[in-house]
This record gives sequence, structure tokens and C-alpha cells, in this order.
Amino acid sequence: MKIIVCVKQVPDTSGKVAVNPDGTLDRASMLTIINPDDKNAIEAALKLKDETGCRVTAVTMGPPPAEGMLRELIAMGCDDAVLISGREFGGSDTFATSQIIAAGINAIGLEEDDIVFCGRQAIDGDTAQVGPQIAEKLDIPQISYAADIKVEGKKVTVKRMLEDGYMTVETQTPCLITCIKELNEPRYMSVAGIVGAYSKPMDVMDYPRLKDDPLIEVDTIGLAGSPTNILTSFTPPQKGAGMMLEGADKATCEQLAGILVKKHII
Amino acid sequence: MSEFKNTVLEDFKNVWVFCEQRQGVLMPTDFELISEGRKLADELGVKLCGLLLGDKVEHLAKDLAGYGADEIIVCEHPLLKDYTTDAYAKVICDTVVEMKPEALLVGATNIGRDLAPRCAARLHTGLCADCTHLDVEMSTYKDFLRENSTLPEARIENVGTAMVLGKPHDVSKDLKMTRPAFGGHLMASIICPRFRPCMATVRPGVLKKAPFDQARADAVVITKPEVKLCECELKTKVLEVVKESRKLVDLTGAEVIVSVGRGISKDVEGGIKLAHELADVLGGVVGSSRACVDSGWITADHQVGQTGKTVRPRIYIALGISGAIQHKAGMSDSECIIAVNKNDSAPIFEVADYGIVGDLFKVVPLMIEEFKAAIANK
Ligand SMILES: Cc1cc2nc3c(=O)[nH]c(=O)nc-3n(C[C@H](O)[C@H](O)[C@H](O)COP(=O)(O)OP(=O)(O)OC[C@H]3O[C@@H](n4cnc5c(N)ncnc54)[C@H](O)[C@@H]3O)c2cc1C
Ligand SMILES: Cc1cc2nc3c(=O)[nH]c(=O)nc-3n(C[C@H](O)[C@H](O)[C@H](O)COP(=O)(O)OP(=O)(O)OC[C@H]3O[C@@H](n4cnc5c(N)ncnc54)[C@H](O)[C@@H]3O)c2cc1C
Repeated sequence: MKIIVCVKQVPDTSGKVAVNPDGTLDRASMLTIINPDDKNAIEAALKLKDETGCRVTAVTMGPPPAEGMLRELIAMGCDDAVLISGREFGGSDTFATSQIIAAGINAIGLEEDDIVFCGRQAIDGDTAQVGPQIAEKLDIPQISYAADIKVEGKKVTVKRMLEDGYMTVETQTPCLITCIKELNEPRYMSVAGIVGAYSKPMDVMDYPRLKDDPLIEVDTIGLAGSPTNILTSFTPPQKGAGMMLEGADKATCEQLAGILVKKHII
Repeated sequence: MSEFKNTVLEDFKNVWVFCEQRQGVLMPTDFELISEGRKLADELGVKLCGLLLGDKVEHLAKDLAGYGADEIIVCEHPLLKDYTTDAYAKVICDTVVEMKPEALLVGATNIGRDLAPRCAARLHTGLCADCTHLDVEMSTYKDFLRENSTLPEARIENVGTAMVLGKPHDVSKDLKMTRPAFGGHLMASIICPRFRPCMATVRPGVLKKAPFDQARADAVVITKPEVKLCECELKTKVLEVVKESRKLVDLTGAEVIVSVGRGISKDVEGGIKLAHELADVLGGVVGSSRACVDSGWITADHQVGQTGKTVRPRIYIALGISGAIQHKAGMSDSECIIAVNKNDSAPIFEVADYGIVGDLFKVVPLMIEEFKAAIANK
């Protein structure tokens, strides 16, 4: 058994996000991090490795500097890593992205008892579409929103969260599972892991490497292969300054109550 | 899919809404999407159809039609009783291939966001994720930009074409699907100009539900296409569906929400009790920031924000919440926002209509008293 984990490097959107005058994001000024849900996916894979000794391979599609993140994942315990990178892949929407990542997984080789893990959602594109779309391209079953995963031989049982409860779903390997933060508490890199990180194999897959996969066509990857187009992007306006009330005492609260009644809010 | 050419756009007609039901109960998003779909279908001059999948669910069709659908396409099969990706994706894709809708809207619930990407990938079409606004009509789209973007007027005036495969494409007939990304820092309007159907998942609780129209409900047309489904096609099996027995707080439906943040840390129980008292006075419910959920002070169903619920109540009161962008992403559309925070530069005050700088443990008891008095004297 081996586990392939799809991990995306994302800008850290939790702090202040810099916006260029033309409404695009100033990515250069933002720190990059491992997408939070993907850390849970990695942890789920490493737990299975602890239990069964299976192999864990991290895969990312991104620009060459994403290699640094892959080394970090190896230091956490992944056995090897694959960087899918090429100018031809740029500008891909989720359809094209999943097409390319699925081709990368085909190149690694998906066997009968393998599992693919993804995060549920990346915090930059925020679509949560890539996991299910990779599963479709690989023609394997998917289970999203996993909060608990049990693997016994080829049988995989997952607690899949719903807004109003959960379902328990069973499937067979090979399959794809998308992970949420409730699944586990991600581990840190280990000292031994950091020391060994640079001696572990890292494979780079560029366009020539993947181009013979039937999924890779000029009209299925990159901007030209993306069914969606961005018409406009913009930043939302700051709401007009509200009213700061003087003080924090009885009179202040009385004033507030008065305004709310007058405006028919209460 | 040889005879199904989804690049021949003129073969595709009508707006469809996937109507999700769980255990035979329709989801609130169904009504929101049917209401919005009505508007879009009118702008395009086509029919609005609901697509309802399940086992013995035909009786739900009238409830849906009453919000504006002309027709409900009912696909019934015992294997559609509980949601599985395989069965639902198969039946939806088969129906789309057969009946060729031009747009397909799906609620961005945990089920919709599992199903829609799988279908879009199979149908080879574009899917816009978790939209909060939809337009066809150019003038209303521009008005929307005027009110909701920081784009200069000159830019907005010029919106009208997009570069598609290196050529300018007129977008006046395209569905323009607007969505937040980067945790709400950036908005994008997406189009799907080359393939049909154009697909979108739509965030629950954002679009307004129309009033129920009994005449429309009675006039509903029901279509029942043949459903071809075999157990052998389902690679996943649902072992059980569990509704959390604990009563979850209904944040999306609430008119008034009083939310607590890490500011209650010095007396967690006391802080939550105050929030409940204030909520009771106003007929509301209690919500929270993620910090409180992560600290284990309150259950996750209370969380408002990017990874919690999106709410837009009439009144939102934030107590001891700093106003991180991920929190604001879920509440900044509330009609009236009141914030209490001891730090006068907390970002929550940037979206607040009324702000009080002070200790919530001192301010809230006074608010409760004054609100009670004001309501009694009305
Ligand atoms: C403002 C904006 C809006 C957009 N809106 C849309 C839209 O509505 N529809 C659309 O189709 N595209 C959209 N895109 C494009 C989309 O963001 C990219 O295709 C992106 O590469 C993948 O989507 P995501 O970040 O949403 O990933 P998600 O689908 O949220 O990611 C889910 C999981 O998939 C895996 N994964 C995703 N990307 C990678 C990767 N590069 N390498 C390895 N694993 C990965 C990870 O496990 C991740 O946790 C938008 C882009 C922008 C900038
Ligand atoms: C990917 C991602 C997704 C996220 N999703 C969400 C989400 O959905 N929802 C969400 O809320 N957060 C979310 N967050 C977390 C978010 O970034 C913030 O960390 C969180 O909202 C902070 O919660 P808080 O305001 O309660 O706490 P803090 O930021 O610690 O703020 C506490 C506030 O209380 C004030 N205070 C302290 N004592 C008092 C007192 N006695 N009286 C009055 N005021 C007092 C302080 O001045 C401070 O402003 C997300 C983060 C990430 C990275």
C-alpha cells in the first residue's frame, strides 16, 4: 500500500493581505505556508504509515520554489516527493489543475491498494473542487469531508461530516479522500527528519514528462484548457465608518438602545 | 460522450437548480436557489427547472415550484435514497446529457460541494465555487460592482468583454458568477464562456428567498426521465446517516445573533451566560468566533466565519471578537453590527455600525438592562 498526498503551497491569508492598485493580490509580499487542510491530510497519511509501514509520497503542482515545502513534508515523515512544474500548467482552473495532478499520479502509478489524500479546500483559491475532480479523472471513488478514516486491507471506512451530522461511508481502494481539520492534530518536523530531508528522492515532472498521458492535451491544461475565465477581480469596499459611542457606561447603553429603537432595529 | 457536444452553446437551454433533500426533507438552499434561478431564467428568457433526486420524493415538487420553478425534473430510484457521489453524479450527468440545460446551480452544502465538481469534471465544463452573487443582465452586474467593489467607475463602465483564447468575447449573455476567494480578501467574477452547462455552487444563506406563490406551486409541471442505475456502479456504500442528536444552533436562519470571542476568557461561563441573556432579550441566538470553538468553550455549530457559517441577521452583536478577516467574511453583510471590545483599534470596529470601547463584562449587563427598558417602553 502507498499513500499519495496532494499538498498545495498557499499564501498565508490569516494576516494582512496586500493588494496591488489594480485589484490583484501582491503575492510577493505574503508568506507562503502549507495549506492548512493539507497538513491534516499529511498527518492522516503518516498515521497510516506508523501503523502499517506504507509508503507516503507528497505531490504538489506549483512553481520551482515549492520544492522547499516538499523538503519540509519529507522532514515530517514523507518518504519522497513529486514536484509538478511547468509554464504550460500556469493559469489552470480547477478542471485543468486536476487534469494535470491526475496525470502526475498516473506517472507515479496508482495501484490496487493505494489511497490518494487531499485537503478539503485550499485557502487561496478556496474552491474545494480539486480533490473530487482528481478522483473523477482517475476514475476512483471519492469521500470528502473526512473526520475519521479506518483502513483494513482494501476496505476503507470514513466518517464523512455533514452540516447536521455525519454519514459513515465504506469504499475500496484505490480511492481519494479529502481531509478536514477535525481529522487530527498535525505533527511537526522531527530533527532526524530535517537532517535526512535532503537525501530523500524528489522527482520533478515537467510538461515533456507528462505529455503522453491522455489527460494532457493543449486544450485540457493551462489557461487554454480551463473552462472558466476570470472576468473581473476586485477588493470589497470597507464599510463606511460606523459610529463609535462615547464611554462604556449606563448612559452609553441607553443612547444605543435609543438609536436602535428610533431606527426600528429593535 | 460522442454525440453530446457541449461546445455547441445554442443546443443548450434553460436554467436548472439541483434541489437537495436529506431524508425526504428539502434543504433551505433549494428555496434560495429556485428564487434566484427565477430571476436569471427571466433575464435569459428561458424556463427554470428544479432537478430533484431521491426515492419517493415527487410530492416535494410543489414546495419547490412555489418559489418560482416552471418545471421539476424528478429522478426517483431506491439507490438515490441516501446521497452517494457515484449514484447522484451518474443520474445528474445522464440527465444533463439528455436534456441539455445551459446553467446548473447547486447549493454549496457539504453534499453540493462533493457532487458538483465531480459532475463538472465528467461533463467537461466550468464550475464556479461557492458564489455569493449571480448576474446575467449587464446593467445590474455593473450596479452590483458599483456598490460592492473598489473598482473605479471608468473600469466598471468598460466591463463587457473578456479575453477568451486570445480573442475578445462579449460577456453580456454569460452568467457572471461572483465569489470570494483568499478568505474574503478578494472577489472574482467568473464566466464559463465556451462550455455548457455553466455550473456554480452557491453559498447557503446568502441569496434571498422569494415569497411562496401557491398558484405557481399548483401549476408545476413534473417530468420524470428514466433513471438507469445499477448497484454495480456504486463504489461507495453508506453504512449509516447520523443526525447529531444535540440540537444545533440555527445561525443561518437567525434574525439576531450575539457572538462571543476570546474576550470572554477571564470568565468563559459568565461570558457565554451574558451573551445568552442579551440574545434572549432580542429574540436571538448565540454565535462565536473560531477562537472559542478551538478552545473548546463552545461547540463548532456556533462558529461564524469563513470556515463556519455565513450569516446576515438583522442584528449582529460581537462581544470580545477582534474581527479577523475570516470572522468578518461570515458576518459583514449583517444589517446592523454592534461591537463591544476593550481595544479601540480592534478591526471589528471597521465593520461595526455602532461600537463601544469597554470591558464586555461591564457593558453587557448594562446593555441588557437598557435594551429591556427600551423594548418595554416602545
Ligand atoms: C480569485 C480566484 C478565483 C477562482 N475561482 C475559481 C472557480 O470558481 N472555479 C475554478 O475552477 N477555478 C477557480 N480559480 C482557479 C483555482 O484557484 C486554481 O485552479 C487552483 O489551482 C486550484 O484551486 P483551489 O486553490 O481552489 O484548490 P482546492 O480545490 O480548494 O484544493 C483542494 C485540495 O486539492 C489539492 N490541491 C489543490 N491545488 C493543488 C496543487 N496545486 N498541488 C497539489 N495539490 C493541490 C490540495 O490537497 C487541496 O487541499 C480561481 C482562482 C482565483 C485566483
Ligand atoms: C484558514 C482559517 C480559517 C478561519 N476561519 C475562521 C472562522 O470561520 N471564524 C472565525 O471567527 N475565525 C476564523 N479563523 C481564525 C481567525 O483568524 C481569528 O484567529 C479568530 O477569529 C480570532 O477570534 P477572536 O476574535 O475571538 O479572538 P482574538 O483575535 O484573540 O480577539 C479577542 C478580542 O477580545 C478583546 N477583549 C479581550 N478581553 C475583553 C473584554 N474583557 N471585553 C471586551 N473585549 C475584550 C480583545 O481586545 C480582542 O480584540 C480562521 C483562521 C484561518 C487561518
